[in-house]
Amino acid sequence: MIPWIGQPLPRFEDPPLLTGEGRFVADLTGDASFLRFVRSPVAHGRIVSIEAHEGITAFTGADLREVRPIRPLLHRPDFHPIEQPVLASGKVRFVGEAVAVVVAGTPEEAEDAAEQVFVDIEPEDRVISAPDALRPGAPAVHDHLEGNVVVDARFETERVDEVFAGAAAVVEFDLRSRRQNALPLEARGSVASYDPRSGRTTLTASVQSPHVVRTVLADLLGMPESDLRVVVPDVGGAFGQKFCLAPEDVVTAWVARRLRTTVSWVEDRRENLMSSFHSRDHHYRVRGAFDADARLLAVDADLLCNIGAYSCYPVTCGVEPLMALAEFPGPYDFGAYRVRSRGVTTNTCPMAPYRGVSRPVITLAMERLMDLAAVRFGIEPAEIRRRNLVSEFPYTSATGLVYDEGSYVESLDRAVEVIGLEDFRERQLSARSEGRYLGVGFSVFSERTGYGTSAFAARSMDVTPGYETVDLAMDPSGNVEARLGASPHGQGLETTLAQLIGDELGVAPARVRIVHGDTDRTPYGWGTFASRSLVIAGGAARLASGRLAAKLAGIAAAELEAAPEDIVIRAGRATVAGTDAGIEVAELARLAYHSSHRLAAGMDPGLTATATYDPDGTFSNACHAAMVEVDPETGGVRVDRFVVVEDAGRLINPMIVDGQLHGGVTQGIAGALYEEIRYDEEGNILTTSLMDFLPPTLAEVPTFEVHHLETISEATITGAKGLGEGGTIGAPAAVINAVADALRPFGVEITEMPATPSRLRRLVSESERIPA
Amino acid sequence: MSERTKVEVTLAVNGRSYRVRVEPRRTLADTLRDDCGLTGTHLGCEHGVCGACTILADGQPVRACLMFAVQCEGMELRTVEDLADGDRLHPIQQAFWENHGLQCGFCTPGFLMLSAGYLEQNPDPDEDELRAVLSSNLCRCTGYQNILKSVRQAAEVMRG
Repeated sequence: MIPWIGQPLPRFEDPPLLTGEGRFVADLTGDASFLRFVRSPVAHGRIVSIEAHEGITAFTGADLREVRPIRPLLHRPDFHPIEQPVLASGKVRFVGEAVAVVVAGTPEEAEDAAEQVFVDIEPEDRVISAPDALRPGAPAVHDHLEGNVVVDARFETERVDEVFAGAAAVVEFDLRSRRQNALPLEARGSVASYDPRSGRTTLTASVQSPHVVRTVLADLLGMPESDLRVVVPDVGGAFGQKFCLAPEDVVTAWVARRLRTTVSWVEDRRENLMSSFHSRDHHYRVRGAFDADARLLAVDADLLCNIGAYSCYPVTCGVEPLMALAEFPGPYDFGAYRVRSRGVTTNTCPMAPYRGVSRPVITLAMERLMDLAAVRFGIEPAEIRRRNLVSEFPYTSATGLVYDEGSYVESLDRAVEVIGLEDFRERQLSARSEGRYLGVGFSVFSERTGYGTSAFAARSMDVTPGYETVDLAMDPSGNVEARLGASPHGQGLETTLAQLIGDELGVAPARVRIVHGDTDRTPYGWGTFASRSLVIAGGAARLASGRLAAKLAGIAAAELEAAPEDIVIRAGRATVAGTDAGIEVAELARLAYHSSHRLAAGMDPGLTATATYDPDGTFSNACHAAMVEVDPETGGVRVDRFVVVEDAGRLINPMIVDGQLHGGVTQGIAGALYEEIRYDEEGNILTTSLMDFLPPTLAEVPTFEVHHLETISEATITGAKGLGEGGTIGAPAAVINAVADALRPFGVEITEMPATPSRLRRLVSESERIPA
Repeated sequence: MSERTKVEVTLAVNGRSYRVRVEPRRTLADTLRDDCGLTGTHLGCEHGVCGACTILADGQPVRACLMFAVQCEGMELRTVEDLADGDRLHPIQQAFWENHGLQCGFCTPGFLMLSAGYLEQNPDPDEDELRAVLSSNLCRCTGYQNILKSVRQAAEVMRG
């Protein structure tokens, strides 16, 4: 029926990237001068003086006095805004905070110059962990904020205490998620160029959201938005880290304007690990009440998120705690829920969303709850999930989120079948008798994706994202150009949107050019994040194509003397249904521009259409199953098998879908076993190289087995659901549950990620139980 | 540092001779990118872990961020820009394209050059060895599965 949707079309993005013709920010420095930031070596203190060696061009917070501070805002009584000057002003609040910037002719000279800037900081008491920040008398990271709590949100349904009092079993545990870094392989960076002729400034930056960056730059620099252009070239991965505003980008634009020239900032890996955004530094206390049949009745959770020294723009540091609060129940059907979720500021690098945001941690919490309860009730982990998963749709969660049609139980059943659970249990038993410890872990989750303005408005955001617009034009040769506010960077949207548009307009995807990442050429939009672009930009593309197709049909109808509703556009031709009469789409395009006198009365010449799409959102779902072997001597974990049963609705390009899942799961495994940003008690960061912060290589990841279910819900007009974050959301819980299952004979439980070898060894060695 | 501290180096890259003046501390990667204009070689960590800057030096995969340009006189250097034959992609590039072996494309030149160097010396690698070799480099997008698949396919095509 529709030929291009569903095809594993090789990506249009690839040829330049394969031949060295990709253009990333660092490839575009041209004749620019180079910036280097001077960063604080102290976690908390007062800046006494900053002095640059003679002959060095340096700017400090005092020079940038007229630049407004970054002040992300939620309109909620339980939120307390905090401000961040783009260069530290008066105080420093984390190791790595930029206190000055130098300008030089080459990167090496800029590094030398930065070492010639002497910063005298009088250290003050600092606070590094979230629980410490809450202690009475803890140092205040921001003077006006007693107690360091930036957001303190609560939610409670009726009858929570009553349900707990009457429960057959209450399962209770603490959970710790250690700090992570999204680690795009290309670090951040930008080139800013001032054009004296037009008075305009162009910022070419490795970001996810060009229009939002343009708006906030104009706001902070106090200039008209029309004098700014933001261009996004090829982006070497982002995963959320390039969604929130980099203060360094503001400084780069300011210096270009100040010096009326072109300057560039290319972040190095050490800066990236130290000063770009971190994420998911959480402490949870969780209680679950079950009835005698192991049905979950109530959850009571206390969630604490370390948001670092400042709040990220535009989503604010409320994003982790508030998402954790609202989406904690996940795919499980229970009615009584009480939660307190706090965001706490500390003298550490600021937090920003990283692929999945809070959901890898809240999924771990719910999935640990299920496994701990399964052990208590003596039933299979799969069985307790089956009893508790939502199965009727639409389903309204305890916090009022509405889940569209999904396949939660089906995904679990399929995963159980694929891994051969019964056989595995036998192998597990016999392996134990040989002193080998195998484990299986499940993770079932919902992934809220493709949500528009209504969902963001519910968070009371001062800046409320959501919609996407697509401007579509067919030129006189019949080729199509689609201009979007979305800003893909590896997700293959240039290919998938071309497939969608190609089907609607009857042209081959190769004739559809997607334009993105240039605020001068694209309609205002929110960029690419939150598993949204295929759903929302795709929906807008579909709507705009439909409008353009209707116009083509109208022109064809006049030419073919038929009714517009009888025109079928397919494979480059418009034909009258049931006849051979037809006309080439390219001919119609030429006619629309060059023979407009032949168009029906009232029809404008040309072929353009614009559409905006702004859905409420849709829930993807999946079940992940991990099989691991743990060596109790070394604490090493090997992931032997990893099965994903994913339901993301209609698949536009299954090859790209699988790629998203592989990469997402790998980041989830990384968070579960390897990656951790560490600070010492003084607030010095200890993980500033890829020899300390450990992304997995091919040696650490198994071969993934991906299976698809396709529930087509009416929540999106393309039938597609988002899935960019799903792999990362589900994988940690599957892996941690598998490790816990493997080590069950030792009587230990895992309530911390990453489950590093040293942590597992300690657990095993401290265990008093010696396995039979 | 100034103009005076620079030294003249002649580099043979992709069959062409580049005469450049660089500071002795300038890495091979920076020289290729900034002085020879070959920006296909990427920098992901500048401390030898990620492998995005992998090129071939006398046929061997090396980290261009861990070498200085002044070390490389007399070597035959090969970068990603030299892999394709005009418009015809190298079998490794073609396999990466067909098998979705790249997403953002930042690590890709490093993986291509690592694979090219390896397959030229080991046309018929076994699975374990191939996995071990490909675990030299980092990719943050693909989860490696399609990279492995691509290189396996390329090896077959190259064996003919």
